[in-house]
Amino acid sequence: MDRRTFLKTGAAFAAAAPIAAPYVARAQSGPVRIGLLAPLTGVVAAGGREMVDGFNMYFEEHGGEIAGRKVEVIVEDDAANPDTALQKARRLVEQANVSMLFGDLLANTGLAVANYVKGNGMPYFIPIIAADDLTQRARIKNVVRVAGYTASQFPRPLADWALKQGWRKVATVSQDYTFGHEQCGGFCQTFTEGGGKVLGQFWHPLNTSDFSPYLGQLANLGVDAVFAMETGADATRLMQQYASFGLKGQIPLIGAMNMTDQSVIRTMGDEVDGVIVAAHFAEGSPDPVTKDFVARYQKKFQKLPSLYGFSMYSGAMWVDEALKTVKGNVEDRDVFLGAVMKTDLTGSPLGKVVKLDDYGNPIYDVAIRKVVKGPQGKYWNMPIAQYPNVSQFWTYDPATYMKQPPYSRDFQGIKKS
Amino acid sequence: MPHPVAPAPVPAPASRLGLAAVACGALAFALLPLVVPIYQVSILTEILIFAVLAMAVDVLAGYTGRTPLCHGAIFGVATYVVIYWSQHGGGPLTGIALGVAAATGVAAIFGLLAIRTSGVYFLLLTLALGMIVWGVCLRWTSVTGGENGLRGAARPEVLSGHMAFYYAVFAAVAVITFLMWRFVRSPFGMTLRGIRDSESRMRALGYNVSLHLFLAFTISGFFAGLAGAIYAVFNDFVSPSTVALSQSVEGLLMAITGGIGTLFGAFIGAAAIIGLENLVSLYTERWQSVLGLMFIITMIFAPEGVLGRVRDLLGRRAR
Repeated sequence: MDRRTFLKTGAAFAAAAPIAAPYVARAQSGPVRIGLLAPLTGVVAAGGREMVDGFNMYFEEHGGEIAGRKVEVIVEDDAANPDTALQKARRLVEQANVSMLFGDLLANTGLAVANYVKGNGMPYFIPIIAADDLTQRARIKNVVRVAGYTASQFPRPLADWALKQGWRKVATVSQDYTFGHEQCGGFCQTFTEGGGKVLGQFWHPLNTSDFSPYLGQLANLGVDAVFAMETGADATRLMQQYASFGLKGQIPLIGAMNMTDQSVIRTMGDEVDGVIVAAHFAEGSPDPVTKDFVARYQKKFQKLPSLYGFSMYSGAMWVDEALKTVKGNVEDRDVFLGAVMKTDLTGSPLGKVVKLDDYGNPIYDVAIRKVVKGPQGKYWNMPIAQYPNVSQFWTYDPATYMKQPPYSRDFQGIKKS
Repeated sequence: MPHPVAPAPVPAPASRLGLAAVACGALAFALLPLVVPIYQVSILTEILIFAVLAMAVDVLAGYTGRTPLCHGAIFGVATYVVIYWSQHGGGPLTGIALGVAAATGVAAIFGLLAIRTSGVYFLLLTLALGMIVWGVCLRWTSVTGGENGLRGAARPEVLSGHMAFYYAVFAAVAVITFLMWRFVRSPFGMTLRGIRDSESRMRALGYNVSLHLFLAFTISGFFAGLAGAIYAVFNDFVSPSTVALSQSVEGLLMAITGGIGTLFGAFIGAAAIIGLENLVSLYTERWQSVLGLMFIITMIFAPEGVLGRVRDLLGRRAR
């Protein structure tokens, strides 16, 4: 770009600025403005990008409309930082006049925004944020986990499945933060209540490059399986080192779904083969609806869909279907939120009907899924067993369950035998 | 900070021009919220709060010649305490008092350790001390909520509106700024400048340099704590990112951009950085690159900061 074009584009930008500065008069027939928060910079930027892709893909497939009204998606970068997320949420609500907020990836950013909307009643949908208490002990009426899940929800059926394999002794290795504490907690509680034993729990800081101290100890514990909860680069490193230490094939590796999400295994090789996790979505599912979604996503973005793309796509669909039942009336928040809570998601890529429980968290048919090589030679997650109707409370009574403290490093729900 | 002339032993009377500029600035901050959209009011609030943090940094970096990298952590300690207190049902005023006290206490401890060093060693030591606070906030999950942080409701009902809150913060910041201005122009502040320019000479003159440094550090921490406490009431949320290194760096960058050793430059720095952050990120994902570029340009063309540069130019014309 030479100096002249630079000046020209600069001038164009300057001229466009006042026009772009958002101002909207609200009218039921006018466009619906949706504020989308995603980490487009920072440590989880790749996931954030896929969130935006999945979300936009839904509206592109539906003529840029939601319940017959035009959609304007305003994307803001939360920079994976809660303070930034809060500031951007304020801008979307107070300046851009959005009718609802969507998104955020990291729990701390979601919790910050949830606390903000608690005060002003803005509907906020969180397909990715898994922090247990947002739909449990600290429920906020206008925060709904459409097409999302609570962290401890899926490890429980996995624990049940592990017991059925005859495994009685496990150890866990996990990143040392709330998302990890909650997933391990869900697993350990169900596993120990079913007669299993947790022989050791290893917590390591985020961005651990060398897992050898943990792997050495894991190898000598004499466990039947290892439950791992890792995200991003830690997941890649753990599975690589698990293989290179020769543990792969010796001790079965099971874990949290995010460990074998496409965003992680997309670039990996044989070391991911055979890892077993539990999740609502499996891109290798033979279900025709899922297959069709995967094909469309792949055509558009030249990669298999990750949890982020799938969840945001389905979240958008959920809100669309809910709005259709109230003729696109986003202006009346109570009616709108009521419709979302009542709506059952029928057309999602899961190929199954999903409904919300009374706390705004979906009840899923959970698949135990195994990483295998797909038809195109890429590894993907294939369902090998099903657990129908798994809620965030598993088999517990919600009121009793919520009396126990939230999972933490110190409380893992382990039953003493 | 090298200084061409030794500072006068008594503060020079504030120039008429300077007073006029301060009055204009204050007027701008007083009137702007009436004309800008409501969201911008919260940006202005944030600018005021961070200006206090930047001024606290400036007290050390500009007037004492010790550049700290732990003020974000001290700031955040106050934020944590206020939020924690509000979570457990405490009143906001007590919370703020406790928060500021905690921040001052932390600053005093850090001061004791850090004042033995100067230059790059001071920078590194304060960086390490700040990281300790960050580490504690991240790992002490049962109290600090770990990565997830703490949510509170520190803001009293009366101040729930953006406007009401802005003017409350405006009043508080006006008082704090006046106090800091008096502080740096007091005989104590003059002594600090003396230490900045020549520690050995001040020692030879019989000043207790260590005591002065310690007090300066603690007082600067007190002001950073005030900013942190107000931030808690503003944000109602705190997480380790509030005490992280980037927060300390941001405070320092604001002080540098505005002009080290100018005190009021902090307002220009805070406005420039927070304003740009919000403006540029509207148009591009690469807003961080734009900010980076801006810093480079500032350092090349106005290494003494915006206000420092303006002063320089005015001084040259007067001559």
